[in-house]
Amino acid sequence: MRNERKRLLPWALLATVLPLASLLWALDGQIGIHDPSTIMFCNGKYYTYGTGGTALVSDDGWIWRAGTRPPRSGMAPDVIKVGDRYYMYISRNVGAQPRAEINMIWSKSLDPESPDYKWEEGGIVASSDGVEDCNAIDPGAFLDPTDGRLWLTYGSYFGYIRLIELDPKTGKRLNPNVPPVNIGINLEATTLIYHDGWYYLLGTRGSCCRGADSGYNIRVGRAKKVTGPYLDHTGLDMLRGGGKLLIGSGGRVIGAGHFGLIDLGDGVQKFSMHWEADLDRGGASVLDIRPLLWKDGWPVAGENAKPGTYVIESVRTGTVLELAVEGVPVGGRRAGRGGPAAGAPAAAPGAGRGEPGAPAGAGAAGAQGPPAGRGMFGGIGGVIPDQDVAQVSVNWPAGPVDARMANYLCQAQQKWTLTPVPNAGGYLGSPYFKITIAGTDRTLAATEDAELVVLPAFTGGPEQLWRLDQLTDGTWRIMPKAVPGSKQPLALSAVGASFVTLAKFDPKSDKQRWLLKTP
Amino acid sequence: MVLMLALRRLTRYAPALLAGLALLSFVAASSGQTRGAAPNQPSAAAAKPGRGPAPTLTAPTTPSKAPSPDGFIQRWLLLQPIPANGLTDSQVQAIVKKEYFPGQFTVVPRDGDKVKVGDAELVWHAMDTKLYNVNLYHFAYALNKPTSNVLFWAVTIIQCPRELRNVRLAIGSNAASVWWLNGKEVIGIYGDRQTTIDDGVSKRLTLNKGPNILRAAIVNGGGATDFCARFLDEEDRPVKDFTVTVIPQDK
Repeated sequence: MRNERKRLLPWALLATVLPLASLLWALDGQIGIHDPSTIMFCNGKYYTYGTGGTALVSDDGWIWRAGTRPPRSGMAPDVIKVGDRYYMYISRNVGAQPRAEINMIWSKSLDPESPDYKWEEGGIVASSDGVEDCNAIDPGAFLDPTDGRLWLTYGSYFGYIRLIELDPKTGKRLNPNVPPVNIGINLEATTLIYHDGWYYLLGTRGSCCRGADSGYNIRVGRAKKVTGPYLDHTGLDMLRGGGKLLIGSGGRVIGAGHFGLIDLGDGVQKFSMHWEADLDRGGASVLDIRPLLWKDGWPVAGENAKPGTYVIESVRTGTVLELAVEGVPVGGRRAGRGGPAAGAPAAAPGAGRGEPGAPAGAGAAGAQGPPAGRGMFGGIGGVIPDQDVAQVSVNWPAGPVDARMANYLCQAQQKWTLTPVPNAGGYLGSPYFKITIAGTDRTLAATEDAELVVLPAFTGGPEQLWRLDQLTDGTWRIMPKAVPGSKQPLALSAVGASFVTLAKFDPKSDKQRWLLKTP
Repeated sequence: MVLMLALRRLTRYAPALLAGLALLSFVAASSGQTRGAAPNQPSAAAAKPGRGPAPTLTAPTTPSKAPSPDGFIQRWLLLQPIPANGLTDSQVQAIVKKEYFPGQFTVVPRDGDKVKVGDAELVWHAMDTKLYNVNLYHFAYALNKPTSNVLFWAVTIIQCPRELRNVRLAIGSNAASVWWLNGKEVIGIYGDRQTTIDDGVSKRLTLNKGPNILRAAIVNGGGATDFCARFLDEEDRPVKDFTVTVIPQDK
């Protein structure tokens, strides 16, 4: 396989100005890019750079726009911050493949408006002579959190993926006389990450640069030493073609490549990558950001929050978020423990127990025993439809209502709809959502005393916009965009078994971990 | 099938039956051990004599009581049960908001105080619990009062040496309950539920320096009935920097 990117450089320029549709659950704005560098955060903005000098910048990680091209461009750059410097490693072919070299430039800022924005040339850090078993492109920089040593992986299909050590103070090759270490093969776009005592080598396999025919997929192996051996989950060495799948094509996007870790702290990790072809954007190559999960010691690609109706269940308590109104059993109430007796509230219009002619699943019916002949456990016969929120909500207070938690009983006040809010901005990988009782506009909101309320209708305030981050264990952190009168970010938090509040996120606790379940 | 169902029911209820038998044998063994003071005696209006002391409840013997190591409030004034029926949100709200006696939401009763509810004269009893929870079944059973389809009122005084901000009242109850701190309703939990520690938790509250009146109404459907209560700080740790008092009989 040969690398196809050299002849596609003009495409990269075109991609940045593609008229991209505003899709509500893909990144928004100008996101055309191929081989994005690891996303960096600098002066309040996110930056990534791609093949051909593409530069993208974002204020929130959701809406992207064209950024300032770096002075040196080429193929598949990667950026890492060490100390006060951003090192950018950029590869280029210098003859027929696999003759290539990787150059380094550095700056103290990625923000062109900053006085520190000044790129300096750092020289060549790695090369391949066209004969050796390596193609020195696709650099991936890695700062070892255990000892502060700086490393660079590189290579692309032709021969080996190689590892060299860099000087963290200069970003340059540390010991040029020490030969590179071969750590993988049949990969490109590699990088290293560290997690819980293991080093992970991530690389892209499959065909590149063929649009919807690209077989790109991201693979991973792990080692106890940074120099390997990197084995996959079956024990196969990545030097012999091993690699566990992290993410491949799916849905409306094809060809996953160029992993870059985004560690947000507090146990929240995401990764950047590109799709070779986004079918909703005419098959263009685009940037994406996904949650990074960990399962059994292996990284797993998560999912950004999707629009839909969910039950929001507390990991801590097993109870679910609900509007604090009196629930009505699906199919109507029947006599028994806890059932209504004389003086029970009036039934909602059309309330009943699912009998023919009476809308089942409706309001607070009076005491009803089991139909004759069916016994206590015989049900009512026939199918009980889902609860109709329009019917059960007639008894709900019209104004603001508290939120609370309860055992899930398939009731209308326990089902929430996540809806992306257009033009409200977002966060890394997702837009802000509103969270409403399904079938209504009753909206979950933060209050100025850091508690929760369900408002009668969504009005667009920041206290009504919600950020949902999938955590590394697959559960969700749910945070309002803003809490009135507070600058501290707070997260939806179980307090006791039946109540919910807002509190500072504690990654060691399960109080702020939630499951989004299909009702 | 019918036999299997009967056996299943028997198996299900066997622990309760055994517990009931044990309680009866305890009461029989301990008869005559009543402390003799008015609080544990049935009210004058009661038709049946008391059954002896509740196994988990005792009369207070100290002026004040610290919360348990886990922060649970173990001293309460409990009113003999009032008949009530219904556990849904609206039913419980209607039950607890009905006025049964004057000053229902404001009075801080003394041990032995009596109130007239309908034709019945009910007595407030000062009680310390030996456990984290207050077993209302023990309380009512010992007094030979009904335990099912009843409403219990409970009041206690939280004495704080200083103002405590951003604390939360955290309660559990069997079954539904509504709670007021210093006259403000702060928690309602509804339905046929069992007592779980920290089941219902209030929004952030302030405990005033000095006395704070904590009031609860617990509505039981059938079977066991009890409650527990404590305060939690911002980190969900139990608050223990207070004492609990009730007003004794002779003041």
